[in-house]
Formats: sequence, structure tokens, C-alpha cells
Amino acid sequence: MKALVLHLAVLAALAAMGFLLPPYHHGMMARVLVMAVFAIGYNIAFGYTGLLSLGHALHFCAGMMACGIAMREGVAAGPALLLGLAAGGVTALATGLLALRTAGVSFMIVTLMFAQAFHLALLYYGGFTGGDEGFPLPGAARRLFGLDLTQAGPRYAVALVLFGLVLLAQWGLVSSRFGRSLIAMRENEERSRMLGYNPFTTKLAALVISGLCAGIAGAAYGVLFGYVGASFGTTQYSILPMLYVLLGGAGTTLGPLLGAGLMAWLIDAASGLTDSPLAVIGVTLIGLVVFAPRGILGTLRQRGLKWLP
Amino acid sequence: MTHLPRRCVLAGLAAGSALALSPARFAMAQSAAPIKLGFQLHRTGIGASYGRWYERTAQAALTRVNAAGGINGRPVEIVFEDDGTDPKRGAEVVDKLVSQHGCDLIFGPLFSHVVIGSAPRAGELKVPYLVCSEGYHVASGMLNRWTLQPGITDVRAQVSSMAPWVTSTLGKKVTMVFPDYAFGHDHRDFFTAAVEAQGGQIVAKIAVPPTETSFTRYFPQIPADTDVLYHVMVGPAVLTFVKELGEFYGSGARPQIFGFIDSLEAVDLAGPGLEFLEGTHFWEGHCRVKQADAPAWEGEYRAAVGVDDNGASVSDAKDVATYAHMFSVWETLSVIKQGMEAAGYQSTADRQKFVEAVEAMTGFDAGLDHVQGTKTFNGKTHQVFGQQFISKVEGGKLIRVHATAIEDGLYPDAVDYTTQSF
Repeated sequence: MKALVLHLAVLAALAAMGFLLPPYHHGMMARVLVMAVFAIGYNIAFGYTGLLSLGHALHFCAGMMACGIAMREGVAAGPALLLGLAAGGVTALATGLLALRTAGVSFMIVTLMFAQAFHLALLYYGGFTGGDEGFPLPGAARRLFGLDLTQAGPRYAVALVLFGLVLLAQWGLVSSRFGRSLIAMRENEERSRMLGYNPFTTKLAALVISGLCAGIAGAAYGVLFGYVGASFGTTQYSILPMLYVLLGGAGTTLGPLLGAGLMAWLIDAASGLTDSPLAVIGVTLIGLVVFAPRGILGTLRQRGLKWLP
Repeated sequence: MTHLPRRCVLAGLAAGSALALSPARFAMAQSAAPIKLGFQLHRTGIGASYGRWYERTAQAALTRVNAAGGINGRPVEIVFEDDGTDPKRGAEVVDKLVSQHGCDLIFGPLFSHVVIGSAPRAGELKVPYLVCSEGYHVASGMLNRWTLQPGITDVRAQVSSMAPWVTSTLGKKVTMVFPDYAFGHDHRDFFTAAVEAQGGQIVAKIAVPPTETSFTRYFPQIPADTDVLYHVMVGPAVLTFVKELGEFYGSGARPQIFGFIDSLEAVDLAGPGLEFLEGTHFWEGHCRVKQADAPAWEGEYRAAVGVDDNGASVSDAKDVATYAHMFSVWETLSVIKQGMEAAGYQSTADRQKFVEAVEAMTGFDAGLDHVQGTKTFNGKTHQVFGQQFISKVEGGKLIRVHATAIEDGLYPDAVDYTTQSF
């Protein structure tokens, strides 16, 4: 019950922020919400199932590309978003089938290689994908349910609805029997196998769900902000969701949002103070690993708030 | 009789004199508040060597504009924001400059992916976005009415105007080495077409993947009957590329070599391993070394941006400027001043008038406002056209051997932005 109230309160606060934030932070928050959807996907794979992937940029960018290219060819935003969702799931299924034959460090390397190969393929077929330069999505096409997504209000609303749905779905998932089997894979795969669970299919399902989230996040990012490009498929975009999740708290439902938000404002503030904002981020993360290895919400849960979802 | 306290008199005198002596040049403005220009700066990331010099050039141009009375009698400020040479951050920076800093317009980005990633946001915010990029994406019609490129020519014009000289002077059989992504593909496509139009032939196209750090395995692919090797590279590996090319040919026979200076922007040609560049040719947007026949304003511009006659920083001879490109920042600020004054720009409500004023421009005369040379401006495609230079490395210095005509780089319009709504 506490958890439900907390989730609804967070969503209500985010909705209120849609009316209260000044323009720049309003736009930032819309971006953070979409990136948090990506991070929730990563959290399902890494935070709950223990799959440390370094290749989630592949699913994010596949979703963005599928959606963007479809829209460029005249498909409406709604169906294009669904294509993006599917692209994230299909790439996760395809790479998962192969990558899950490995584990640990090998799994990290294989996922990293898949993402790298995908990124280079995007550049190689630049004539079709727009390559490194990418391409803008025409404003007129960026409409969903009659909402003009080039406007700040509708854009925030769509980002919030998407985030809300994915957040509640994540909560539902991790509270379910299936969710517990994911956690069991993370905690002790051999024991889960002995209890009758199939680690391969369970982990593959987790990866596909994770890929679906990444795909819809990538597609939404393209539609909401009007640009699609291969730069979203670089390793940086595999690392980012991991950092969000580590910062906010891996295996907590609200950690991805907290991490994505904190990181966005940290980078923004640091870039005003120094020419090396990433150094500030690096120091912060080292401090986090040393003093709060479970992330912010993970540490809070460990220190007393045991009910924290 | 009451005496005014001495302190009051002194204060009054001070205030009066301050008023009398205050720069009369800003007095005409309806608002004395500064005009705020946002600069989207590649301070970090792959474009950092350009960003460092673009910032210096912008500061120098700003000092000059303010010394001459600002814009419309108002002082001018530039707010710099680092975009990390990343399109996602680029769009966020557009937001930040406009929504948080309240900038009147934005200018300055070079890298194509940042420009293409940021232009939609500039269009949504209805803020003029003046880019110093080179890609063929403004004139191709990919962007929007708020995006303009009045400070530098695009790669299509550059390579098209080079081709006649290359085929007539260096040779007709050309092998191209280029990075295997959009920037390189622009070179490949437009240069191939231009060379074939001159009766020349591209005998091999060697595309180098962007992640490559060593290039030795590509050089044996250069056909033996190549007359001219055309190379263009960008990014951190360019120095390795050029050095390995030198090692490949050694002191033996080699084809003529023609490169885009992008391969060696911010790199000292006198550096170790680059001796083999002696006698090779480069495209330059603006001659790095001050030429013997340089116009009068060239020295003044160099002094303002802090560059010596060899194209390096006056305070550090090893700090070589991105001289072939950075003039675009200086000239773009000149266009901003001309455009704002023509539009009678007073506030952000006049942004549309500003764009229309720039669209109405037809060209710029060479001089201290347009240091690189005379240009024509196409208001429909939002793209400027100008001269290109070919220089030869002689005694470790780039000496200009050819200047193209503006007409050499013209091509048919692909878009008419003036018919689009704001």
C-alpha cells in the first residue's frame, strides 16, 4: 500500500511540475522522463535480473531508427512508435538468444560488440539511416492523438504518460511471481534452476522486456524532440542508463527516475562550472561506489526504509 | 543660506560627469539592455580543437562590434554553452540559451550532427540559428526556415569548385580516401560528379571506418596508376593518418597529393613525420599563412583573433589555429549585426524580421566584416557562396597557388525556405 501511494505521489508531483517548472527545466524534465523509461528497461535487466549489459544503446537506437525511418516514409507517429517498441524487443530477442549463452564479463563484451556492430552498420548504410548526421523529423508529422508534440505542454504530457505507464508496469512486474523469478536469477541462478525455473528463458524474457522499454524510449525521444541519429547508438548511450540505475539505486522501482534526473542536472550544473563536466560526474560516481554502492534509494532501503519498492 | 553638504556635491558631480562621459554610442538605442547572442560551442568532444578557436574568434569579433557601437546602438553579449559536440546535448543547449539565458539568437556550431540535431529545437522555439557548419544540409532543404548559414560555404560548393583545378593541374585519375560516414560521403559523391564532369576519373574510393586508429592496411589499395590522391579526414586520428601515409610512400615515387585542410586543422605542418607533405596541395577556406598579397584587413583580423603570420597563436607558436574555418564565426557575427540593424531589431519579438532581413541579403563585400573574401548569399537556400583557395606546402608553409571564382561553387537550388512558414 505504501508503495502504491509513493508511486502515485511521484506521478502527481511530476504532473504538478509540468505546470510549475520554468521553460528550460520543463524541457529538461521531459527529456529526463523519456531517458528514465530507457533506464527502467535497463533496471529490469540489470537491477532485477543481474544482467550487466553494455549494449542497450542498440535497443534504444533501434527503436529510434525504426520509428524515425517509418515517419520519414510517411507513417503516422502512433504506428511508428509501436514499430520502435517492436524494434527494441526484436533486437533484444535476437541478441539475447546469442549473448545469453555467455555470462558475466563475456556477456558484457558480447552485448557491447553487438551494439558496436549495429552502430557501425548505421553509419555504413548512411544513405538510408542518415548515418552519423542523422535527420530531423518534420514538425507536421509529430502529432499524436491530435496533440502537437512540437509544443512544450503536449510533449511533457506524452512523456509523463509514457513514463507513468512504464513505471507502473515495472512495479507490477517486479511484484509478480515472474518478477520474483527474475530476482532469483540475480541472487542465485543455480538454486533457481534446481527449483525448476529455466534460467535461459527467464533471462531472455527479462532482456526482451528491457529491450521493449529501451525501444519505446528511443522512439519517443525521436518523436518528442524531432531528431533521429546514429549518435544515439554509441557506447555512451549504453553507459548512461547503467549510470542512472547505479546512481538512483539498482533494483528499486524509482531509482531509474532519480538517477536520470540527478545526472541530467548534475551535468548541466557542472558544465556551467568547469570545462570538464564529465570529470565531476566521474568523481561523483566514484564517491557513490565507495560510500553508497547500492545507489541512493538502495542505500535508503538498506538503512531503514525496508518497504521502499 | 544653506550650504549643500560637500559629499552631496561631490556625488552629484561624479554622477553628472559619468553621465556626460558615458559612451554616447549606445545612446540611440530604445533599450539599453545588451543584445544577448547564444554561442553553441564545441568546447569538449570531438570538435574541441575547433571550439577553442571558435570561442577566441567570437570574443574578438564581439570586442570589435562593441567598440564600434554595438548593434542598433545596444551593447552585445555572447553567452557560451558547451554542447560536447553531441547532438542530444546540442538541442538541450539551444533550449538553455533561449529559455534560461534569454538569448536573442544562437550561432556558432560546426559539426553537422550537432547542427541537424539542434535545428528542430531552434525551429520550435522560433529562434534564429546561424550555423558555421560545412555539411550540405542547410542548402539541401533538410532543416528549417530559422536555420541559416551565411558565414561559410558548404562542402558541395567546396569540392565542386576544386575539381576543375585538380583535374587540369594535378591529373585526371583520382583515388579518394575519406571517412566512411556522412561527411566523407558528401566528399565522395560531389567530388566524383565534379571530376567526371571535367573528363576525369575516380579510379578508387577508399572508405575508412570511423573507428579506425591505424590506416596502413588501406594504403596498398591505392591503384598504381593513380595521378592524384585525394584525402580528407577529421577527428583525433588525422595525424596518424597523415604520418602513416608518409611512411607508406617513404622517399619513393608517389602520386600528387591533394587534401582538405580539415585533415590538418590545428596541426603544425612543421611537426615530426609530416616532412613528406612538402609539395602536396590543400584546400583552405582561408589561408593559414599570411600571403604576400594579403589585403590590408588581413593583418588587423589576425591581430584581433591573436593569430600570427604562420597561423598559430601569438602567445604559443605550437597552438595552431583552425584558421581555414574560424573566419566563419567572425563573418557570421558581421551578418548578425547587419541583419539586426536592417530589421530594426529591438527584442525577441523581432526574430522573424531578422530572418527575413538576412534572407533579403544578396552578398557581402570583402573587408574587415568579411575577412575571407567577397561572397554571394542565396536567401532562398540560406547558404552563402564564396571563393576557395588551393595552397601548396613549400618550405613547410602553405602558399596559395590558386583561388577559385565564386561561380565555380554554385549549384541549382534544392529548396526555397522563403516559401515555408515561420
